[in-house]
Amino acid sequence: MSRDAIVLLGVNHKTTPLAVREKLALAAGYEEPLRALGQLEDLREYYLLSTCNRVEVLFTCRDVERARDRVLELLFGQAITKAEAEQYVYRYVNAEAVEHLFLVAASLDSMIVGEAQILGQLKEAYRHATKVGSSGFILNKLLHKSFSVAKRVRTETRIGAHAVSISYAAVELGRKIFGALAGKKVLLVGAGEMAELAAEHLVAQGVAEVVVANRTLQRAVNLARCYNGRAVSLEELLDQLRQVDIIISSTGSPDLILRKEDVRSVMRERRNRPLFFIDIAVPRDLDPGINDLDNVFLYDIDDLHNVVEMNKSERDREAVKAQRIIAEEKLKFGKWLANMESTPTIVQLRAVVEAQIRAEVEKTMGRFDGMDEQRRQGLERMVAAITGKVVFPALHYLKTDNHCIGMPERIKTVRELYLLDTTTGEQEES
Amino acid sequence: MSFLLFQSSVVVYLLATAAYLVFFLTQKNTLRRTGRAIFLVAFLLHTANLIARAFEAGHTPITSHHETVSFFAWSLGCCYLSFRWRYVVKNLGAFVSLLVFGLMLIAAFSSRTMLPLPPALQSWWLPVHASTSLFADGFLALSCIGSIMYLLQEREIKKKRFGLFYSRLPSLETLDKLNHHCLSVGFPLFTLGLITGSLWAKQAWGAYWQWDPKETWSLITWFLYAAAVHQRFTVGWRGRRVAILSIVGFLSVLFTLWGASFLLEGVHTYVA
Repeated sequence: MSRDAIVLLGVNHKTTPLAVREKLALAAGYEEPLRALGQLEDLREYYLLSTCNRVEVLFTCRDVERARDRVLELLFGQAITKAEAEQYVYRYVNAEAVEHLFLVAASLDSMIVGEAQILGQLKEAYRHATKVGSSGFILNKLLHKSFSVAKRVRTETRIGAHAVSISYAAVELGRKIFGALAGKKVLLVGAGEMAELAAEHLVAQGVAEVVVANRTLQRAVNLARCYNGRAVSLEELLDQLRQVDIIISSTGSPDLILRKEDVRSVMRERRNRPLFFIDIAVPRDLDPGINDLDNVFLYDIDDLHNVVEMNKSERDREAVKAQRIIAEEKLKFGKWLANMESTPTIVQLRAVVEAQIRAEVEKTMGRFDGMDEQRRQGLERMVAAITGKVVFPALHYLKTDNHCIGMPERIKTVRELYLLDTTTGEQEES
Repeated sequence: MSFLLFQSSVVVYLLATAAYLVFFLTQKNTLRRTGRAIFLVAFLLHTANLIARAFEAGHTPITSHHETVSFFAWSLGCCYLSFRWRYVVKNLGAFVSLLVFGLMLIAAFSSRTMLPLPPALQSWWLPVHASTSLFADGFLALSCIGSIMYLLQEREIKKKRFGLFYSRLPSLETLDKLNHHCLSVGFPLFTLGLITGSLWAKQAWGAYWQWDPKETWSLITWFLYAAAVHQRFTVGWRGRRVAILSIVGFLSVLFTLWGASFLLEGVHTYVA
């Protein structure tokens, strides 16, 4: 008999442009889509994850192709066309799905590798799935495993401790300037992808507020909503400078949007509280002279690249270590799944052997139903004990690792030896 | 007795400094704890030394050069520990222990004979004026250390070249806070030292102010710090400018302590 396939479908920041991701994001929360998935008969267990950067659905089913089409139709059908889905949605089955889930949980698939937020989002999503009862034996095990993998990666590697990307480098710098970032305010000028990435990281550090200024207000509002922030127009830029502490600029403007003189006058009003400018736009948005002002620090994209380069070799080492952990855990989980395959055989074997012993005992001692309680219990115990003794060699053979003979092969042997597929009459696919 | 205590405290300070410096370079956490423990032991030995010396001399031991510098080092240790108790400033210990050890060395090399107290100094103003002034100096020294650390860190961040200090020094905000805290304690104490000194002068010599070099330099120092504190509270000066002023101010403190005594003649000469 074969077990259900584990399938993972999804889109993330790597495969799919923001514009499409926005359409796919489950804005209304998990409840409704989870319930809708419950209507599909093809799915056994299922779970949904939706964050700013990814939408993923994980399920177990019999018929992979059919279930996949149904799920895509249900979740994404209204937002994108079939061709688009074909182009953007990645699809992993079994071992690959397991690996991908582990990568996501360990934050190796994140926009900012090593950020800790994703694990919380994963747990939240899982909580919703358990609430509607959509996760079963396999997914429970798999998701719990993914949490422990994430924890292992975090404790055994220093993937989270180093400037692993531009925005992380920016956060490190911010920490060296402001101490703790909690309570600081961030202004995003321009709502591009880079700005979003940096903001995500800063929010993870606990900044108090995110303000988004953009040429088109609608984009600003959309992005601000993602971080519970507020949106302002570009004209309010100087006013905002009085209140915020960190400015991340990434507009497509060909000219400078802030000059040294503007900032100098603002500093007077700020009573010299430090300002940290991060200019990730090309061409630059901010006057390089700003860095010469006291208590003002300006880093452009090249400066940040240099910072990242300094940490890169270490990061690569840590990422390799993390990948190894994941490969290891994937193998372990694969073994667990393979053992799962043998479980029905074991159950069946026990049942068959026990039935035979029971029949023989009843033949000699009379029917169990007619006996007094004490006697019956004694005999029941004896039946169980004999069953255990008799099936032990077979179980041992199934459960011990054997490098020469694969699990399916061993299952087949046991089934043939004990005539499991003929005595019960129940035809199993093998 | 006091001699032995002094000697051992110098040695233990040396150990503490060594531990802190190795910690600074290697960043091994166990070393930091060791360094802190050793520093505390040295500080306690030093305290015992001061008490023993006070009993042996029969007056507050802040009269000779040796005693003054030793007390200065002790007050710096006091300020550091009081600060350490309230805030965490990464790697401050390395800098402080270095300065404390340096001061102790200077004290060790100056004459330790106990001079009989001249009649003009036999007053209860002695402990009040001298210890207030030296405690003020302790806080100002700490502010100077914080300022140096600030400038080192700020330079690396501004120049965008990260060397030895970037990862080892705390954030600019922390260092600025340290400076702020030390100035807001040190400056009032310094003022108090000036006032008590002036009152004592009236009592001992009949005039509040005699313009002797030490007094003049103290006043110059006072104005430097007053400027720093004033600018911080009114215009919101902070960071680099206040740091530079603090360092200049502390240089002036050191000149008041040594330069005014050894280079210029005045009524304070018997006191270093």
